[in-house]
Amino acid sequence: MSVLLIAEHNNKEVKPFTLNAISAASQINEDVHVLVLGSNSDSVAKSISECSNVKKVIHINNELYENYLAENYTSAIIKLSGDYSHIICSANTFGKNLMPRIAALLDVSQISDITKVISEDTFIRPIYAGNAFATVKSNDKIKCVTIRPTSFDSAPSSGGSAEIQNGEPGDATELSKFIKKEEIKSDRPELGTARVVVSGGRGMQSGENFKLITAVADKLNAAIGASRAAVDAGYITNDHQVGQTGKVVVPDLYIAVGISGAIQHLAGMKESKVIVAINKDGEAPIFSIADYGLEADLFDALPKFLEELNKLNTIQK
Amino acid sequence: MKILVAVKRVIDYNVQIRVKEDGSGIVTDNVKMSTNPPDDNAIEEAVKIKEAGKATEVVAISVGEEKAQETVRKALAVGADRGILVKAEGTVEPLAVSKILQKIVEKEKPDLVFMGKQAIDDDCNQTGQMLAALLNWPQATFASKIEIKEKSLEVIREIDEGLETIEVNMPAIVTCDLRLNEPRYASLPNIMKAKKKPIEQINASDLGVDTKPRIDQIKVEEPPKRKAGIKVASVEELVQKLKNEAKVI
Repeated sequence: MSVLLIAEHNNKEVKPFTLNAISAASQINEDVHVLVLGSNSDSVAKSISECSNVKKVIHINNELYENYLAENYTSAIIKLSGDYSHIICSANTFGKNLMPRIAALLDVSQISDITKVISEDTFIRPIYAGNAFATVKSNDKIKCVTIRPTSFDSAPSSGGSAEIQNGEPGDATELSKFIKKEEIKSDRPELGTARVVVSGGRGMQSGENFKLITAVADKLNAAIGASRAAVDAGYITNDHQVGQTGKVVVPDLYIAVGISGAIQHLAGMKESKVIVAINKDGEAPIFSIADYGLEADLFDALPKFLEELNKLNTIQK
Repeated sequence: MKILVAVKRVIDYNVQIRVKEDGSGIVTDNVKMSTNPPDDNAIEEAVKIKEAGKATEVVAISVGEEKAQETVRKALAVGADRGILVKAEGTVEPLAVSKILQKIVEKEKPDLVFMGKQAIDDDCNQTGQMLAALLNWPQATFASKIEIKEKSLEVIREIDEGLETIEVNMPAIVTCDLRLNEPRYASLPNIMKAKKKPIEQINASDLGVDTKPRIDQIKVEEPPKRKAGIKVASVEELVQKLKNEAKVI
């Protein structure tokens, strides 16, 4: 049987995590069908049909789907579900909101946030914020699975020419209504997907001092993170929080400044490729996982760090 | 208006968890347990709504072993009026929890059901949405602001791109994000008072819900250990290493 993948998009463009989900889906079964629920969303269906891993696109084009509501999506997906062995989407706020609603109606015990496909019914998923990994096997007839986008490479977005089939809309919900979306506009990369993250902790001592972090982040085109201690102290808003109760990040470079390394913070960043710790306490637990540790007062080290970066001829973006 | 709040007993977020040597799970004996953090936000919000005169009763419910009573008791100490404990042994998957909650909702007939967006032990993030589906109620997940209107709620949701506002008709399910509010601490007099508040105990089996896990947990492993790296002596050395050795800048 085939895999049904639910695309995330804004009616014009495909959201990048959909490509990561396509790549996970094709590891489960090569017959990947992608469902596009949208309004005036022909360009989305077309661009997905060009992905070489996609065998078929089902496009349901209806004003019902102008905005994403899990209630509306679910009805359409349930109607198609009988033809599939797996229903898949990414484990971001889009998929987390949607998949359990589908799974419950199919009486399926969902498997959330997988980081690895072992076979078509067995997967690895992090528990306790990545402090342990569970290998789990689904025994349900249809498997409802969400995938952690950062654990799978993006599938190629070209080289294919899948058939686009038009589908029938599901029932319209009267239970909920979309009102508005305010996208946070920032020149900075998003914390969850940034190549470099510079984070500050309680050691920053004030919100004002975060400007030292900002300056380094500007130079490195980095996202700004923070520990829970810094958020609780009111230095920075909690959309910057990295950790078990915040965001899990996997950048190429993570720079922890004035962060001691509480368990719950480490859970959110220890998969980063390269970790740098700057802390004046040489015994801080953060040093036990840092690739490069600098035992120094951050108020001396950060300006110097910026100065050294400024001397470099090129900096990767 | 009546609000039902679901709370889960989990290993405290400050505890470094340990994987059992035989790979069968996580060590929970003699480990500090607490309320799942976003469930504290759910209780806080319900209590605030009651304090504002917009709700008449807040009922806290937990599903789990006998000891989950402590978690219900804690909710009573911060302002819930009464508690329900549905007893079930072993792992209860979110699908089974939502079926249990469905039975309780049918009996209690709340106007709103609140719970945390996700439990920090299994990290499933499913129960609220599943309950909404089973009841055919609307869902407002990742709520960071809730405004009560006459027959509906306006909810601001934290989504990856920023914030989304939706309106859901009541009855509704809301799953709470950490930014929703600042949970209060229980005062000593309120802890004492909570001891007198009633907690009804029900067996999951008496509700006719099969709680046997559907998913086989084959093994649990620790993540690969990260080796400590080196200490650098100066900022200059750090930048040089990042540029030429790690090649990340």
